[in-house]
Amino acid sequence: MMKGQTGATGRPHMTSTHYSIFSVLREALRGHTGWGPAWRNAEPKPDYDVVIIGGGGHGLSTAYYLAKNYGPLRIAVLEKGWIGGGNVGRNTTIVRSNYLLPGNIPFYELSMKLWEGLEQDLNYNAMVSQRGVLNLYHSDAQRDAFARRGNAMRLHGVDAVLLDQAAVRKMVPFLDFDNGRFPIHGGLLQPRGGTVRHDAVAWGYARGADRLGVDIIQNCEVKGFIRDGGRVTGVETSRGLIGAKKIAMAVAGSSSRVAAMAGLRLPIESHVLQAFVTEGLKPFIDGVVTFGAGHFYISQSDKGGLVFGGDLDGYNSYAQRGNMPVVEDVCEGGMALMPRIGRVRLLRHWGGIMDMSMDGSPIIDKTPVDGLYLNSGWCYGGFKATPASGYCFAHLIARDAPHPVAAAYRLDRFATGHAIDEKGMGPQPNLH
Amino acid sequence: MRIACPHCGERSLDEFLYSGDATVKRPDFAGTTAMDDFVTYTFERTNPPGPHRELWYHAAGCHAWLVVTRNVSTHAVASVELARDVALAAKSATKDSAS
Amino acid sequence: MTAAPIGYGRQSNRLASGGLIDRSKTLHFTFDGKTYAGHPGDTLASALLANGVVLTARSFKYHRPRGILAAGSEEPNALVELRDGARREPNTKATVAELFDGLTATSQNRWPSLAFDLLSINSLFSPVFVAGFYYKTFMWPAALWEKLYEPLIRRAAGLGRASDDADPDTYEKATAFADVLVIGGGPAGLAAAQAAARTSARVILVDENAALGGRAVDDASEIAGNPAHEWVKMLEGELSRNPEVRILRRTTVFGSYDGGTYGALERVSDHLPHPAPGAPRQRLWRLVAKKVVLATGATERPIVFGGNDRPGVMLAGAVRTYVNRYGVVPGQRVVVFTNNDYGATTASDLVRAGADVVALVDSRPEISDHVYRITNETGVRLISNAAVTDALGKRHVTGADIRLGDGERIELACDLIAVSGGWNPNIQLTTHLGGKPVWNDRLHAFLPGAVPAGMSLAGAVAGDLTLAKSLAGGNAAGSAAADESGHKAIAVPVPTAIAESDAVTPLWRVIGYKGKAFVDQQNDVTEKDIALAEREGFRAVEHLKRYTTLGMATDQGRTANVNALAIMAELTGRTIPETGITVARPPYSPVALGALAGHHRGKSFKPTRLPPSYRWAKEQGCVFVETGLWLRPSYFPRPGERDWLETVTREVNTVRNAVGICDVSTLGKVDVQGAGAAAFLDNIYMNGLKTLTVGKCRYGGMLREDGILMDDGTVARLGENHFFITTTTANAVKVVQHMEYCAQWLWPELDVQIVSATEQWAQYAVAGPKSRALLQKIVDPAFDISDSGFPYLGVGEITVCGGIKARLFRLSFSGERAYEIGVPARYGDALIRRLMEAGEEFGACSYGTEALGVMRIEKGHISGPELNGTTTPQDVGLGGMVAKKKDFIGSVLGKRPGLVDPDRPSLVGFRPVDRSARLRSGAHFLARDARPEAANDEGYMTSVAYSPSSGHWVGLGLLRRGPERLGEIVRAYDPVRGADTLVEVVSPVFVDPEGGRVRG
Repeated sequence: MMKGQTGATGRPHMTSTHYSIFSVLREALRGHTGWGPAWRNAEPKPDYDVVIIGGGGHGLSTAYYLAKNYGPLRIAVLEKGWIGGGNVGRNTTIVRSNYLLPGNIPFYELSMKLWEGLEQDLNYNAMVSQRGVLNLYHSDAQRDAFARRGNAMRLHGVDAVLLDQAAVRKMVPFLDFDNGRFPIHGGLLQPRGGTVRHDAVAWGYARGADRLGVDIIQNCEVKGFIRDGGRVTGVETSRGLIGAKKIAMAVAGSSSRVAAMAGLRLPIESHVLQAFVTEGLKPFIDGVVTFGAGHFYISQSDKGGLVFGGDLDGYNSYAQRGNMPVVEDVCEGGMALMPRIGRVRLLRHWGGIMDMSMDGSPIIDKTPVDGLYLNSGWCYGGFKATPASGYCFAHLIARDAPHPVAAAYRLDRFATGHAIDEKGMGPQPNLH
Repeated sequence: MRIACPHCGERSLDEFLYSGDATVKRPDFAGTTAMDDFVTYTFERTNPPGPHRELWYHAAGCHAWLVVTRNVSTHAVASVELARDVALAAKSATKDSAS
Repeated sequence: MTAAPIGYGRQSNRLASGGLIDRSKTLHFTFDGKTYAGHPGDTLASALLANGVVLTARSFKYHRPRGILAAGSEEPNALVELRDGARREPNTKATVAELFDGLTATSQNRWPSLAFDLLSINSLFSPVFVAGFYYKTFMWPAALWEKLYEPLIRRAAGLGRASDDADPDTYEKATAFADVLVIGGGPAGLAAAQAAARTSARVILVDENAALGGRAVDDASEIAGNPAHEWVKMLEGELSRNPEVRILRRTTVFGSYDGGTYGALERVSDHLPHPAPGAPRQRLWRLVAKKVVLATGATERPIVFGGNDRPGVMLAGAVRTYVNRYGVVPGQRVVVFTNNDYGATTASDLVRAGADVVALVDSRPEISDHVYRITNETGVRLISNAAVTDALGKRHVTGADIRLGDGERIELACDLIAVSGGWNPNIQLTTHLGGKPVWNDRLHAFLPGAVPAGMSLAGAVAGDLTLAKSLAGGNAAGSAAADESGHKAIAVPVPTAIAESDAVTPLWRVIGYKGKAFVDQQNDVTEKDIALAEREGFRAVEHLKRYTTLGMATDQGRTANVNALAIMAELTGRTIPETGITVARPPYSPVALGALAGHHRGKSFKPTRLPPSYRWAKEQGCVFVETGLWLRPSYFPRPGERDWLETVTREVNTVRNAVGICDVSTLGKVDVQGAGAAAFLDNIYMNGLKTLTVGKCRYGGMLREDGILMDDGTVARLGENHFFITTTTANAVKVVQHMEYCAQWLWPELDVQIVSATEQWAQYAVAGPKSRALLQKIVDPAFDISDSGFPYLGVGEITVCGGIKARLFRLSFSGERAYEIGVPARYGDALIRRLMEAGEEFGACSYGTEALGVMRIEKGHISGPELNGTTTPQDVGLGGMVAKKKDFIGSVLGKRPGLVDPDRPSLVGFRPVDRSARLRSGAHFLARDARPEAANDEGYMTSVAYSPSSGHWVGLGLLRRGPERLGEIVRAYDPVRGADTLVEVVSPVFVDPEGGRVRG
């Protein structure tokens, strides 16, 4: 698992390329001087079979699965900044497949299955941690809605357990069961849900794709599309023209901007979603808990920080930050649910830009422009979708036909009346 | 963010609800392209990164709908108008150009 | 007499005089169970140092002994659990915790004790535990991650422990407005506040410390020829006499937000054993300012060398703060290590305090006159062109390894190494809104780039690192800010200060050290970790941070980030600005979640809305249920009834056979008036309303523009241009918003006015065959409510009980003859009492939402579960109501193929084949013989009830092509509750399908 390379110093040395406890121990003995870059910082070539715009989680996973499942292909990932700098690096790390609608469940369940095998597949420990996702209910109506959801999940072969109050109390005894404004009646648990170390997902896919020959090109901003008749043939970038047989957009947060360069208007608004982390604490929250009567969900990272979030700020935004009303609203939810965290301190809060679609569900589809493929509209479900999004998008790009589990994510579903509206909020993106 | 409601003065963000793009216009239901027009009107957005004309509702105030021009990359508010005034002006402009 | 506990009262490092503490009072506190003494004005850190305690903590990863590095909120090491029990505050910086009598503090992240920590064994494995090692290991075998590896990692996670109990203290929120907000009460901020306050401007001055003065007091500088603290006192007096000035002490502005809004946290009671009665622990401020003067100063940066984390290595400015502000000399034998003139001044202060300054190690080959003058005056040994390569010692510093300019190494014994590597302006609040800092080549530091609108800079944060420039800059910024906020500036003289040099020759790290050299002390990120990150390609500053966790600790890397960036720049041969910038995210220093939540916890999390009959219902022993913000009567148990089902059954039977009364005030009520009202409503309802005559009601539905049902309710026409509509409880607010949108934006030309009247009217349903007889007793005789005079769907404005204005609607949700009677809300309580009294002779009962729900399900009426935002009118059996020719919201998009697909699940009724079986909503429908898998899913049960009228459970549900399948037996599959029930598809109307009863 070691091979000779020429290092930056010009001297040949041995680099460790396979990750394992043995390579770590070996490197420990020599001051870790034998590790090479996790991925090459590639220079753009004049043309590729597939150019993927966006070096976030979805772009990188698309490149990985495209190379792995449909190669050999000459593939480049173009990233305007540094890879993993978008929402894969600024989310609350939750993975789950506890969806309601048939358009969504199989897709997110494929994603869960890919998460479950990800580390061995990538030889990269992204700390996929299945400690459970618990959604609390506070009324009979909410219980029945969760039962409907849990039953839908079970029909799709997904794990779902409806818990009563006693069972929830046993799992998370420190919630405000006795003095809450909205009593906790129980919860819907997906035991296989959990969290993943978010940055590591981008790095793991980047390293995996790189090892399959994908060029990952950072600091390369796409400025426009080169077109030949109705077809795209390449991109103009800050680092020159790059030709491509097929061009795939995976730029959630910037989808409208990039699509506009191809003359497309999308069913998407950009919204800011804030996320929060506290100072590190000795672990006391095992899984993910979601408050059903306020805008609040929480988990505790392997470093000890409480990681939590809530609702969108609610207005169109391309600024990666939010405002105080939502900060306060989210913390109010937190204190209402678990009053023991009153003296725990918020360490940082930040915002990410969400592609909010008109029904709250994503789009993985061809566009009306030949050769141009679209992966967008992830709302705030993008992180958990990362593996399946790349897997299905790669299928679409390679085969020119949707992967069966992503077949509902059509761009024209709004025109035909086939919205996938989990929350029933209609074409009001900030309510999804 | 603070929005200067023409009725109530400058108020904090918490008093307002956001509804979205104020540049789209509800089409004629009887037009021959009504279905396409309504699909475009209801679902497609330009979603520009800079100045954006958008609808806000003074929910915890006077219940006025407002057209706010705001830079969505900096959140700087450039202007606030009553939606009714904007809509009436647009209708009279349409009428004028038709006549 | 018992022996005094160890440490008691010694304060061996306390100076006999000096500092701003109150030596006349002694406070006692404990650290790790030992009792010590300190004085008012101390922080926990200064008091510990006074008592000679230098070991305060263990590091996060390697469990190395750690002491106190700083004297402010940038402290990375000295984190303790402050207080205990329900008030336990983990990760509290000892440097900002003010001392109070009885304070208890406990060290964290060590076992069994701070001095002997078994997990310091991690240090032995440090060659393995380098940055990113997690990502490379723990993958085999996969099953062990959840079972073994991760639990081990989680056991080591975190520092302090959150309290086990609910926070017993309260928090407040407040908003204040200012013409000029001055952030920072050091010399620049005070000068700015003075200049601004001399105008008529409203000024708010905020400082994070208990006492104003900042570095001028910490450094014991002179201002206008007097000790700085005297000038500060004079200025405080002037400001506090000015009614337009508010001084917020112990208040940290933690974030910049849009529109000139700043978040600030005031620690009202943290310096007390517990809050005074009625006082909050902390207060969250929203400060809204026209102009802001940012005067946040600068944070001293360390120099990275071997063992630089040993207890006894301290920032030079902190050393001076302890000496000058607290009268504590933190070491007896001191080596000062610096790359700028501040080191010499520090040595001077230490000598004055009686410490033995062993050497001043100055990395610069060229030494300034200032340094020569001080070393001559004090006799301190100057070692120039040299560097401390290693701090020696284990649990505290015992010496310094020094490399001289010629390469020779010497070792000097010492117990304190004071380090000054220059200053990083505290620019965080300028970056929160996206402002990018700019590198200053003279100061070797980042200065603010674009600042938030309305903000100006003064003092160190503006790059004015000397006192004289700070005072002048503050004065000018304060005047200008007042002027720009519309308050004419008045010239205020600038106080004088001694000239200083702010020159610095950068030195980020020392080469050739032996021990571990830490860049981020709290997260145990070493210089070698940065080199490893570089080697592995994590060169972008964000990659560096995320890969090594640099800057992610509770201090947000305030003493780490710039050094790290500089080291990465050196490793990659780039300049620092090419390598990256440091932008901060709010909060500037961590904020308690309790403060951000304020009083919104427990029962006060959200407001509680009480319906008009609440008090009466409570007297009856009613069981209430949360319905949104409302607390609605759910059912009214009577003595002897065994469970809710028996009660609800009795209530239903009473309505169906006699009469019942239900508070329906929570339904949304909207008054719509104007010459355009009829046309307007016709635009927003899917059914025609133009033909609705005065004095009549009609059931109506509203769609969203995408053709999905939004809400249903009734429309009553009270006059030609006067309508009164009802909405569902859940959508009351939303419908008003929608109607305002339609009126103001879509059809502004229509003359229509809309006002919510939900809370203005108390409204009761009076339902059952005897409802008219009951009402007859309270409706004033002038009004004819006979079936001919007041038929089904009639509405009238009447009076009741002798002249009380009321509205009567003949509407029915239960399917019985029924009315809704509304009176102004203030009569709500009286009316329910009168109705019940009048109903006594008919056997009337009150009923709640449960019985209401049962009866609507028996009648097949839709409600929340069917109006779930995804159903069309056709789906729920209302297709016939939809107007074909008019334009209305949703008219076009409702015709999209996906919405008119006959395969869509549509509303039908269900009854169990085994009549004793219970039904549950949320069960999915499968064809009788179909396997339970997704492909066979045909819809789901939306609502169920035990139907007293049928004698068994009944349900409503959405079934694929439901209305075509009446009589079919299907499975109601409910695996999450372990149920699988055969049900028969039937009409959704279980009671009185002909509808005769409502008409009487």
